[in-house]
Amino acid sequence: MSSAVFLPHADSQRLFDLLHGAGYQTLAPQARNGAIQFAPLASAQGLPWGQHDEQRPGHYRLEQDHSPRAFAWANGPQALKPLLFAPQETLWQVERDAGGQMRFAAVAPPQQARAVIGVRPCDLAALKIHDAHFLGGARDGHYAARRQGLLLVAVNCSHPAETCFCAATGDGPAAAEHSGYDLLLDELDEGFILRAGSETGRALLGQLGLPAASAAQAQQAERQQQDARDIQQRGLPKDVSQGLQGQMDHPRWQQVAERCLACGNCTSVCPTCFCHSEREQPALDGVSSEHLREWDSCFTSGHSYLHGHLVRESGAQRYRQWLMHKLAWWPEQFGRIGCVGCGRCISWCPVGIDITAEAAALCQGEQA
Amino acid sequence: MKPTVAVHKFSSCDGCQLAFLNAGEALVTLAGLVDIVHFAEAGYLDEEARVDIAFIEGSISTPHELERIEKIRKNSGFLVTIGACATSGGLQALRNMHDKDQWVEGIYALPDYIELLKDSRPVSEFVKVDLELWGCPINTRQLVMAVRALLFGVLPLEEHDKVCLACKRQQQVCVMVTKGEPCMGPVTRTGCGAICPSVGRDCYACYGPSELPNTAAMARRLQGLGLPPEQIAKRFSFINNHAEAFREEAKNWQGAKS
Repeated sequence: MSSAVFLPHADSQRLFDLLHGAGYQTLAPQARNGAIQFAPLASAQGLPWGQHDEQRPGHYRLEQDHSPRAFAWANGPQALKPLLFAPQETLWQVERDAGGQMRFAAVAPPQQARAVIGVRPCDLAALKIHDAHFLGGARDGHYAARRQGLLLVAVNCSHPAETCFCAATGDGPAAAEHSGYDLLLDELDEGFILRAGSETGRALLGQLGLPAASAAQAQQAERQQQDARDIQQRGLPKDVSQGLQGQMDHPRWQQVAERCLACGNCTSVCPTCFCHSEREQPALDGVSSEHLREWDSCFTSGHSYLHGHLVRESGAQRYRQWLMHKLAWWPEQFGRIGCVGCGRCISWCPVGIDITAEAAALCQGEQA
Repeated sequence: MKPTVAVHKFSSCDGCQLAFLNAGEALVTLAGLVDIVHFAEAGYLDEEARVDIAFIEGSISTPHELERIEKIRKNSGFLVTIGACATSGGLQALRNMHDKDQWVEGIYALPDYIELLKDSRPVSEFVKVDLELWGCPINTRQLVMAVRALLFGVLPLEEHDKVCLACKRQQQVCVMVTKGEPCMGPVTRTGCGAICPSVGRDCYACYGPSELPNTAAMARRLQGLGLPPEQIAKRFSFINNHAEAFREEAKNWQGAKS
């Protein structure tokens, strides 16, 4: 692990200035419309100082107090997903020229150097999955371009929400070495311990010329990480992928479907969900068209519509597809489950369906 | 020869016709693509003309409207309903649940001049409808998509996902989860662009029911947010009160004890 240095809260702006100086646009978490959201931010003053999140199934509230910290909350509805896998974008355009020929043109994504401050370890784990999906095999040019320009300033989680279970999936609350960050912060009451995780990060950190973090500060950060692990109550059943095999006809699917609105919010906030649909958007004159890609969800009918036949008609079938793909079938595709324990699907489900409770009930078999 | 188009008005507020009139540049393009032969609000009058595409705004509420819609159906290639009134009976279908005669007598000085059908109903309950555009009102984007597809000789993609999908694509913060607002997005058809949640308020289902609307779970959630039964019934008995999924759910809560 690279040597840790210390940046007092009073000097937080130096981190922003460092990144700007290196040519990055900085995006950072901010309290907006009742939730923590990532948006461009140039001044450290705009960080969510003193904000706390209260999360429960179907419930998210922000509260402000006099905490001297900027990261005393778990997460908001977004991870890195919307920054890399755009919710809606044009992939290519086509135009019919005067001679009647069709001319196709790819739309290049903007080349941006962006630094995201405040990435959580669970989000880094999800990013690894998205990298495997979008960059492995058939490479997605739009994702790749955005990914290339991205610098990651991660923050270890000191305040997990009631809905968090990253300790159980092994993805947090502290970021493992080589988990993909350029810089990593541990926040203490008086400031940040910083470490570099990449060559870029090391070069940047060197420019700040900060003093080494003290042994007491390092100990405090470790204790805080342990507390953040211990406080988590939720988890997934042991060997969940195995436990779900053979449960395709479990009565629990119908029970959860009676509550499930099939609104797709769980999939939209999930940092690992990557399903999308594509469609044409022709101009009214019929001469040109844009080929759009947008986030889709296994909870829509379009997701399983095949040539005049809707494969997954019921809410039970759609919920089953989501949970089974995420927890039972994903390991075959990606070598791990598709859940990083961020708990977003629990908090942002309008009716508070809890994936950990559903998985537990399903793994217990039909007697449950 | 350009395809011919008519825009007909029935019991409605004229708001959906504004999707044409407020289309800006698209209206100029449209005028180059089709011949508008009847559109009273825009000044074209030929109600009896045979047309390729007829757009219908408004519900069928009077005996005269019933005669007109039957004639229009015969005179039209494609018949497209625009808006909640034509597609689900509209706000005025609220009278279907009450004694209309009593209302008419209570409101009009000379009720003898008011001729009404028993109910306000959507066009599809009387004649075959080829395409329905939901919304109160519909917007220009929907209209342009529909016209373009019909001119290509196909039906447009049906937009029947939940509002939540569009809301989340815009990265709006869920008003139900963060504020406990009784947002109808999870059972409501997309198409509006999630306008209400984008200004921090709850969706009131003006685009009607989505596909697979779990209205029972929605109603229980509203109950959990503290809405009494009559308020839950009202959430479903609003602009698209006559749409089957909403009508049936409302019945479960009308007159129920909290």
